[in-house]
Amino acid sequence: MTSIIKAKNLYKRYGDFTAVNGIDFCIDEGECFGFLGPNGAGKSTTMRMLYGLSRVDAGELTILGEKISLTPPAIKAQLGIVPQEDNLDPDLTVMENLLAHARFYGIPSSEAEAKSKELLEFMGLDVKSDDDVESLSGGLKRRLVIARALINEPKIVILDEPTTGLDPAARHLVWQKLRQLKERGISLLLTTHYMEEASQLCDRLVIINQGKILAEGSPDWLVQTLIPPEVIQVNLPSTSLPTGLVERVKELKAHPVILPEMTFLFTPAGDQLWEQLSSLGLNPRSCIHRPSNLEDVYLTLTGGNLGQ
Amino acid sequence: MTINVWRVFRRHLNVLKKTWLNNLMFNFIEPFLYLLAMGFGLGNLVQEVDGISYLQFIGLGMIASSAMWAATFEATYGSFVRLHYQKTYHAMLATPATVADIVLGDLLFAALKSLIFGTVILFVVTAIGLVHSVWALLIFPFMLIHGFFFATVALTFTSWCKHIDYFNYYITLFSTPLFLFSGIFFPLNTLPAWAQWLAWLNPLFHSVEVVRSLGLGRLEPFLLVHVIILIALSILLAWLPIRMMEKRLIQ
Ligand SMILES: Nc1ncnc2c1ncn2[C@@H]1O[C@H](COP(=O)(O)OP(=O)(O)OP(=O)(O)O)[C@@H](O)[C@H]1O
Ligand SMILES: [Mg+2]
Repeated sequence: MTSIIKAKNLYKRYGDFTAVNGIDFCIDEGECFGFLGPNGAGKSTTMRMLYGLSRVDAGELTILGEKISLTPPAIKAQLGIVPQEDNLDPDLTVMENLLAHARFYGIPSSEAEAKSKELLEFMGLDVKSDDDVESLSGGLKRRLVIARALINEPKIVILDEPTTGLDPAARHLVWQKLRQLKERGISLLLTTHYMEEASQLCDRLVIINQGKILAEGSPDWLVQTLIPPEVIQVNLPSTSLPTGLVERVKELKAHPVILPEMTFLFTPAGDQLWEQLSSLGLNPRSCIHRPSNLEDVYLTLTGGNLGQ
Repeated sequence: MTINVWRVFRRHLNVLKKTWLNNLMFNFIEPFLYLLAMGFGLGNLVQEVDGISYLQFIGLGMIASSAMWAATFEATYGSFVRLHYQKTYHAMLATPATVADIVLGDLLFAALKSLIFGTVILFVVTAIGLVHSVWALLIFPFMLIHGFFFATVALTFTSWCKHIDYFNYYITLFSTPLFLFSGIFFPLNTLPAWAQWLAWLNPLFHSVEVVRSLGLGRLEPFLLVHVIILIALSILLAWLPIRMMEKRLIQ
């Protein structure tokens, strides 16, 4: 596999503040690669460096074989961008938005029209073709932004929170479309706050916090490798936990992870631990026993206080 | 600078085609009010200025000021809305377009608006018989130069401006004084010598001189100096909004 994007020890600073703090990643052709992380983690900053709205401060960034500090027009011509903030042109209609965008790639107008029609159909927007952008709902706007990002038949599509604010049905529709893009061999790069989105779409992902990568791997691998397979989730704020809980849980070979609003007790044998709940001083009604998932990995890595 | 300048310009043209009625009509009212109030009102008191009627004197000057206002509003409020509220520039930057393309596209469009607004006033003052020379045809290309210059200055301010309210300062403290002391309403040779020298720093003064002379057919080689000053300033200054916009957009 050839890598299409490669970042080595990448930095981005704003004054004294380091938004991206030496990250490495490598994205293969045709892959869907995810960025997970809390607000302010540096996801959008990284995306902006990729698509030419930010300069690389230090480190090495290679896109489509070219080393860059600010992504040049020739590379941008091969990218499709879905920014976090919708920036459709409210002065133009749905169709005109696509046509105006197409012009910047030098697509002849007859071809642009055919392509735009096809994309509007693809994103289920064909009936809105002549509507004002302002009259679209949030979900439809998002779909139009995605359609716009595809007008130049990009090799790589960068999506910064593509489904934030969408209802579940709309989200599934977008996922379906993104899968279709992947089947066509387009590489996808996305940031998201939805674990399900990451699990469903991403071949590999990184979890990033405060500008640093905390973990990298496929969603399944991360869950299987980083945490035990089962968890008992204790829905109590850390301040109301029974005293001595941590020590006693550890004696039972479980790993407690204490978050401010809840606690995870990771264990390879959930049933046995469940039977001990009352002896641990926990009311089973405030506990849930379930298989561990990507969200557990995420919360543990980004907010977890590993049993101290 | 590439073909993308033209594409940015085309986008603005598309929008203008849809909104020209709202966009243009309202803005024409103001110069007419001035013509009415000053030309007919004040004109009754003032007999002649520089050998022409007062209405003719200010009517020709208003071509230049109207064009200046058009470029100024386009490159302040118009550009700022695209930059700050609509994020149109960000969307364009995701394509192969560069900041320079976007800035120059905006400047060209503002220059076009100058031409349109100047043209309307030119037609009106011609219709009421104030234009006496076919040299007035040269006012058309000159409007583009004039508009480009004022757009450059305004867009430089816009690229620094963080809040839309600040444009009030630009209009009140910069554009309005230029307008009032440009020789549109009174000939500057009535002022003391130092004030006349100060007028040379007023770019609108140069435009008013050129437009009025062309409209009256009073041609003299010295007019070229005014034109060259505006062209030179435009070329010298145009990199400034590009650099400043780059700093603002590429973080
Ligand atoms: N232009 C800027 N100037 C100063 N600081 C900035 C700038 N852009 C981003 N930052 C800071 O960099 C950090 C990372 O921001 P970024 O937008 O990359 O976060 P994010 O991971 O995308 O968060 P979210 O999930 O909320 O979108 C934040 O603390 C933000 O305040
Ligand atoms: Mg973000």
